[in-house]
Amino acid sequence: MIIKTVYAASIPFTPRPALGALRVSGALLVAQGLACKRGERLLWRGVDFSLEAGGVLHIIGANGIGKSSLLRIIAGLLPAMAGSVACDGGVALLDENPALDRDRTLKGALGFWGQVDGQSGVDAALDAVGMAALADVPMRYFSTGQRKRAALARLLVQNAPIWLLDEPSNGLDHSGVTMLEALIETHRAGGGCALIASHQPLTLADMQTLALSDYIGISSGLGSIHDPEIPENKVSA
Amino acid sequence: MNVWAALIRRDLAREWSSGSWWLPVAFFLLVATLYPFAVGPDSALLARTGAGVLWIAALLAALLPIERLFAPDSASGTLDQLALRGISDEGVAAAKALAHMVGFGVPLLLSTLPAAALLGLSGETLARLAIGLAIGIPGLASLSVTIAAVTLGQQRSGALGGLLMLPLAVPILIFGAGSIQPIGNSAMLFLGAASLLLVAITPFAAGAALRAAREV
Repeated sequence: MIIKTVYAASIPFTPRPALGALRVSGALLVAQGLACKRGERLLWRGVDFSLEAGGVLHIIGANGIGKSSLLRIIAGLLPAMAGSVACDGGVALLDENPALDRDRTLKGALGFWGQVDGQSGVDAALDAVGMAALADVPMRYFSTGQRKRAALARLLVQNAPIWLLDEPSNGLDHSGVTMLEALIETHRAGGGCALIASHQPLTLADMQTLALSDYIGISSGLGSIHDPEIPENKVSA
Repeated sequence: MNVWAALIRRDLAREWSSGSWWLPVAFFLLVATLYPFAVGPDSALLARTGAGVLWIAALLAALLPIERLFAPDSASGTLDQLALRGISDEGVAAAKALAHMVGFGVPLLLSTLPAAALLGLSGETLARLAIGLAIGIPGLASLSVTIAAVTLGQQRSGALGGLLMLPLAVPILIFGAGSIQPIGNSAMLFLGAASLLLVAITPFAAGAALRAAREV
């Protein structure tokens, strides 16, 4: 269990109780009291959730509400204004950047991540995303949807239990979305969990939903995060 | 395979396949070619001043790769994916610096031979120039990596990088040029010190800059 305490500022809302109860229950990912500030604007606050093996949480909210920021905070790429994230196992992130070198072949670019992650499932991953026939094509020739499939293959190669998917169905065709849903279900069945930020509907069983609009700190404009008028946010179920 | 070996190998392969190694070399040789046109074909003058000009050419050549060191990795999300895996920014910067020392330094060092021939440098001057460059290039390459990280995400980072880098490279230039003189052994030692200092601070300075660029 890796616990990243990202609590930073002195903030006016009530501290959360310790997450002992959640930790014993075998949760893969626990987020507590997360708050996010971009520039001088408090996007949301008081976000709590936990994901166990097989769990899927769908994050919804309008453009710019901070869905990607939430995923980047969970991934440890962005400091949270407050709160803590605990991950039990590796975290894999799929966002709009495939992180695959444009001048290398698909297989070569994936092979690099295989070496970094100490994994060898490149061929199996290419098969799973339907790109096996294009293994020797340089990345720069791929379309948006093909790059997304390649990025999914990178996700599979990493073989991490916690998936953070930021708009995973962007650019994918119908069969691609079906494939994505099947990959997520396989991942859950194998004891993984997924946090999905998406506008497109995904057909997944037992999917929980978290609407970031329920956690908005200040509705608009610039405001001080120390504003005593901010109401206490409700805690997610 | 070890993570660091994979990182260094990837960076070296990129220096080679993206062709970024020949741009500084071409620039370096072009300066050596053009200098006699500017000052006239006086072989005594060329032999006396040529090594200093090559030091300036090496310094300016080190500016050329700045935009290609971290910007593509940042745009493609590779830096994010490395950070996600808990690989330290200092480690990423150190791997990049090491690969750049080889990818930038070795071709430049080899091109000293034709450049010296173009300017008619004596054998002894060439030897001192080559040893000096071999000592100074790791410092220059490290400085390029630091400046590339500091200017990451800025508009026109190439021009900004030049403004930031050249003043910081002054010690390398002074002691490098000093080491060309036959009595320049102490300058050679100072050159080594300046170069080592730049090599030593690069992982930390560039790593901090990468972290700051990510957490904007």
